[in-house]
Amino acid sequence: MRPLLLQGGRVIDPSRDFDRTTDVLVQDGKIAALGAGLGSPDGVDVRDVRGKVVAPGLVDVHVHLREPGNEDVETIASGTRAAVAGGFTAVCAMPNTDPVTDNQAAVGFIVRQAARAGLARVFPIGAISVGQRGEHLSEFGEMVAAGAVAVSDDGKPVVSSHLMRTALEYARTFGVPVADHCEEPTLATGGVMHEGLVSTRLGLKGIPAAAEEIMVGRDILLAELTGGHVHLCHMSTRGSVELIRRAKEQGLRVTAEVTPHHLTLTDHACEGYDTHAKMNPPLREAADVAALRAALKQGVIDCIASDHAPHAYDAKEAAFDDAPFGIVGLETAFAVAYTELVLGGALTLPELIARMSSAPAAAFRLPGGALTPGAPADIVVLDITARWTVDPANFHSKSRNSPFAGRTLTGRPVLTLVGGAVVHEADGTTL
Amino acid sequence: MTALLGKDLVGLEHLSPDQIRLILDTAEPFKEVSERPIKKVPALRGKTIVNLFFEASTRTRISFEFAEKRLSADTVNVAASGSSVQKGETLVDTAKNLEAMRIDMVVIRHPSSGAAQFLGNRIRSNVVNAGDGQHEHPTQALLDLLTIRDRYGKIAGLKVCLVGDILHSRVARSNIWGLLKLGAEVGVCGPDTLMPRGIEQLGVCRFRRIEEAIEWADVLNVLRLQLERMERGFIPSLREYYRVFGVTVERLDRAPRELTIMHPGPMNRGVEIDSRVADGSHSVILAQVTNGVAVRMAVLYLLAGGRPELAEAANRAAAPPPE
Repeated sequence: MRPLLLQGGRVIDPSRDFDRTTDVLVQDGKIAALGAGLGSPDGVDVRDVRGKVVAPGLVDVHVHLREPGNEDVETIASGTRAAVAGGFTAVCAMPNTDPVTDNQAAVGFIVRQAARAGLARVFPIGAISVGQRGEHLSEFGEMVAAGAVAVSDDGKPVVSSHLMRTALEYARTFGVPVADHCEEPTLATGGVMHEGLVSTRLGLKGIPAAAEEIMVGRDILLAELTGGHVHLCHMSTRGSVELIRRAKEQGLRVTAEVTPHHLTLTDHACEGYDTHAKMNPPLREAADVAALRAALKQGVIDCIASDHAPHAYDAKEAAFDDAPFGIVGLETAFAVAYTELVLGGALTLPELIARMSSAPAAAFRLPGGALTPGAPADIVVLDITARWTVDPANFHSKSRNSPFAGRTLTGRPVLTLVGGAVVHEADGTTL
Repeated sequence: MTALLGKDLVGLEHLSPDQIRLILDTAEPFKEVSERPIKKVPALRGKTIVNLFFEASTRTRISFEFAEKRLSADTVNVAASGSSVQKGETLVDTAKNLEAMRIDMVVIRHPSSGAAQFLGNRIRSNVVNAGDGQHEHPTQALLDLLTIRDRYGKIAGLKVCLVGDILHSRVARSNIWGLLKLGAEVGVCGPDTLMPRGIEQLGVCRFRRIEEAIEWADVLNVLRLQLERMERGFIPSLREYYRVFGVTVERLDRAPRELTIMHPGPMNRGVEIDSRVADGSHSVILAQVTNGVAVRMAVLYLLAGGRPELAEAANRAAAPPPE
């Protein structure tokens, strides 16, 4: 592999508050050096990245790659292609595949498929319970040995508090977080959107904020009881934010993520029965969005995760009640967050990069999220002046279900390196 | 020509007061058609209408069918039970198939909120919502409005209270929009378990006790209580519901003024309404049913491009000979 010199970019390494214009030399798959006027080894590939931002590759701790089981809507190859196009160099794959990723062989399959694709790093998440049925613990030890970095029954809540307790306790041996999809099913079942004035007008069954908050509260109490690490997936309500804030003040091992769409859209997006606004947890109210943004800024919520959830193009072409939950997000996450949060004044650019790289890496104890010499060269180059209009037809994902279609956004990854290899290069740039 | 009402009638939320008045005014001359020995006018001759019912219905379907036939339209009824079809997929495919058959109008009832709009957005034919999930049932609200206007000569300033299961009721939502747009005061009464979140923000008064609603209102529109609401735990028993919320003669006797009692049907006698009330002098429940045909004729006529000032003339034209 030829050495690569990224010359003249604004280099932001949130892992050590580094933010200055300099060069980055990549050699042998690693970051060899940072600094102005680095010597050029023989055969170096010099890239002029003046005016661009050089950052650690983005890390997404919550994606659904649908393989095995639903390869018609996404594969590990297509999902990681979408990931690198979105600037992500590492993604954590949720286990609600078919069959469920609940054993070492299934985890190993994902690792092998990801290696074969050779794009983003894929860190599998194993199921908490066998078959995600909420009954018996899966073999955490064997799954972690095969490459799993966390456990989760995502897509479903862990209904049994006893199971959640034992998962948090048992996971301590292996040092992995237990990621929970917080939803109290007896309150949420049948609901298709946030319960509020909009659901009342549309005549759609609502999911009250309390359905999430009850489980957030429970999980925090169990984290306190067990000393385990609970990771709270896709937080959506201001009440959840307050519970997490208190838990962190107590020093409990609680981390949390929020999606770009919960940071930018409200339940009004469901008007007209737009099924691309149907997700679980549902889009909430403006006050929730404001609380989530503030929590992300303060670090109460650790990181942004896309909850990339591909669905067939015609599955969303249905009555609202009948459409599946979820949207794709890998290829819009950075631009949505940059446009709405950074240009909107809620976060600085280094803060956003931290919440999308070093913070998620830290939450899941993953490599990456830093530009320190000697680290693997997982790097993204961002053009934060590029304006583009979201056209799902151009997605690398096999699915098109995005509520941001037609939106003009600012900010775009133009070069993505994983282990020093160029895995994505935007078309039509001057690189 | 579809300018007066737009292409579809999906609900009353997005209609203007003038559009609602236009439908009610257009219904007036059509009332008379149903009183003739030969109940037919040629207004929609040559038009094809599909009645697409994904959910069981007797009175609404028959009312639409009479309205269509009395306007001389050609009609086809399609009933698809929710259990035998994959609802979402069928709806897309149904839309495409209907389009391919070049029909003029679709009257749709569907268990999913938004289904009528979904269909309307995908086909060129006019779509009339005959009830979608818990969203709207606009023709029911229009016939309720017409019945109130017949009784009082006006709607503005009247106090109309919807009683019962507001949470699951498309009739309630359509009535709230229609009544508010025409200047009525609107109340809702029922247990909190059957009240949707944020309902007060629509501009309605909230009553937790039926006695208070009766004291306040000029008109009570008593909604049907689905028996499954008890099975799903929204209320403890029908017996208690009747005792706490039932519209009874004893309660009406204490009202400060003569109330008008409405019910969209089908009634559960002895649950939400006392039989003596349903059959008594306060009740306009059968007048509602009669007005239903006229209102639906008006909606179909206007969506087909009929001009309201010609509705009377259309009526005066000789009825076609029996076929």
